[in-house]
Amino acid sequence: MAATKTTTRARPRKPKPAKSKRRKPEVFKLRLFVAGQTPKSIRAFANLKVLCEEHLKGRYQIEVIDLLEHPEMARGNQIVALPTLVVNLPQSVRQIIGDLSNTDRVLVGMALQKVG
Amino acid sequence: MKEPALDRPGQDARMTQKKKASPPSSKTLRKALTGIQGLDEITGGGLPSGRPTLVSGGAGSGKTLFGLEFLVRGTTQYDEPGVFMSFEETIPDLTKNAESLGFDLGRLVADKKLFLDHVYISRSEIEETGEYDLDGLFIRIADAVQRVGARRIVLDTIEALFGELPNPSILRAEIRRLFGWLKEKGLTTVITAERDRPDRLTRHGIEEFVSDCVILLDHRIHDEISTRRLRIVKYRGSTHGTNEYPFLIDEHGISVLPLSSLGLDHSAPTVRISTGITRLDGMLGGKGFYRGSSILLSGTSGAGKTSVAAHFVDAACRRGERCLYFAFEESPRQIVRNMRSIGIDLEPWIHKGLLQFQAARPAHGGIEQHLLVTHRCVSSFQPNVVVVDPITNLLTVSTLGEVRSMLTRMVDFLKTQQITAIFASLTAGSGTLEASEADVSSLMDSWLLLKTIEIGGELNRALYVLKSRGMAHSNQIREFLITDDGLRLLDVYLGSEGVLTGAARVSQEGRELAAGTSRRQHMEARGRELDRKRRIFEARMSMLRAEFEVEEEVLQQSIVESKTLDEALLTDRRQMERSREADTAAYKKRASAPAAVKR
Repeated sequence: MAATKTTTRARPRKPKPAKSKRRKPEVFKLRLFVAGQTPKSIRAFANLKVLCEEHLKGRYQIEVIDLLEHPEMARGNQIVALPTLVVNLPQSVRQIIGDLSNTDRVLVGMALQKVG
Repeated sequence: MKEPALDRPGQDARMTQKKKASPPSSKTLRKALTGIQGLDEITGGGLPSGRPTLVSGGAGSGKTLFGLEFLVRGTTQYDEPGVFMSFEETIPDLTKNAESLGFDLGRLVADKKLFLDHVYISRSEIEETGEYDLDGLFIRIADAVQRVGARRIVLDTIEALFGELPNPSILRAEIRRLFGWLKEKGLTTVITAERDRPDRLTRHGIEEFVSDCVILLDHRIHDEISTRRLRIVKYRGSTHGTNEYPFLIDEHGISVLPLSSLGLDHSAPTVRISTGITRLDGMLGGKGFYRGSSILLSGTSGAGKTSVAAHFVDAACRRGERCLYFAFEESPRQIVRNMRSIGIDLEPWIHKGLLQFQAARPAHGGIEQHLLVTHRCVSSFQPNVVVVDPITNLLTVSTLGEVRSMLTRMVDFLKTQQITAIFASLTAGSGTLEASEADVSSLMDSWLLLKTIEIGGELNRALYVLKSRGMAHSNQIREFLITDDGLRLLDVYLGSEGVLTGAARVSQEGRELAAGTSRRQHMEARGRELDRKRRIFEARMSMLRAEFEVEEEVLQQSIVESKTLDEALLTDRRQMERSREADTAAYKKRASAPAAVKR
């Protein structure tokens, strides 16, 4: 359990070097809220990863937040449903809930569909 | 074949066991006191502890306040901290609303006795992309509960989620899971839900997940007057009042009015208290009313109801008792002034704090509010005597049935507190006095009727005791005058047309007086005659005696004379014998000796 958690948390750290690129192109700050390693959260992460690689290669940053460890984050970010992907858009904050299996809707949620 | 046969007894045994087990379990069904005035009485001790309760009602029916008060009272009175999950109102709004009920949420939050969380989600900011669950909410609740050590929780309109989150079937399943989870955690939960149609309890049918207790709040307008009502639709494993109970929301929070107390078990004091009118006491067996009884004082307008009540109040205050006067018609100043004109000064009692007026137009607020205000005043002032003047004005804000039910509650309530209550009631000029009051009169212990009697072109006041339970009372109709020194009951004059009052009484009085005088004169004359006769008799007696004495003297004289004559004759004879020298001695001896022998 602990090992898998570290992997989920380790992964988002990987794109850290991408931070340097943040200034030039639009970088998507993505936060995925989960509650432990549920099948849904694993699925969501996998879906997100694939989607980002496909549409936002090099322009994204994923932070996975395990609410079991930081329950107060749920309140601060108004999280009700899980998993929730929170996307900070220039004008607003969008919540994309569910296991992110519906790629089109995720893109709509990230305001990327037109681009895609 | 055999197995079912074997099974059955087993089942029966289990059934009977269950039956046997259920009464103690219902007794031991733990309940969490809500602290909401009156509700704990209806529910027999509060909401089911550690289980969810659904509070359903239309918009503005007081669901949120119900939840808030449940939490605030829980943490302040029963040391059970709470969590409020608001799905609609923001925390600042909530705090402000609670302030109007006198609850300082901010302080409770700072003291870690209460945790407020506003769950905000907006459909426009949400995209659903697949299967989800409500674990986020679960985590938030768990965190909040853990932070304050909550034992109670309110989910204020969780159904709001249906509007904001897609996929209702998932949501339903998740809400069901949430309730189960809350139950598992042993949290006493209040779930509010909006009732949009009269044929169902909640908009999205979540009542099916809450099987323990369902409370319905209702806010209806009848004849421009609003009444709030509360009903316990179900309460598994517990008896509860099934009526619709009016309730009120004001600066003290929610108050439910159960109080048509289930049993008639109030004690019956035997102490009697004076009415303040001596002759009226006389009509009531010489002692006045029973303490703690309810007295109906009905009469036409101007019959003197307030005056009688004021006497009673004055007498009570003189005894050092506390009086609460509900004035629905006159302002306190007006009453004080008017009563001063009949020689009753109520002002000192007000200053001494023995008398308190509570004046309000009945149209101000519904009937429940009046009942509530009554309760509150009575609870805070602790009076011995309560006057409601007049109850009939309440009819203007409500139906007869409601007034009756309110009065029943009021009478019950006052009786349990052993408060003597006077209810003034205005009777319409037309119609019989008794009939118009029949609705409430059966509740009352004593009924004093005041009426104006029209005879010979004048109106006079009369009073009679129509009933007075548990005491011998006068059955006479008594005229009374309202004088500068208060009420004065007069003697009764019964003529062929009934009681004589006013001028008719005065003339009757005159006639009686004249008759009395002539009778007296007649008597005196006879007395004099008797005296005279006695004197004559005595005079005659003395005359007779004088005559008798004269005769007696004469007779005595003659007796004495004849005696002396006799003696003189004897002496003469002896002298003659001596002078003749006769042998009288020898003769005498012979003559006397044989006589001696013979003897």
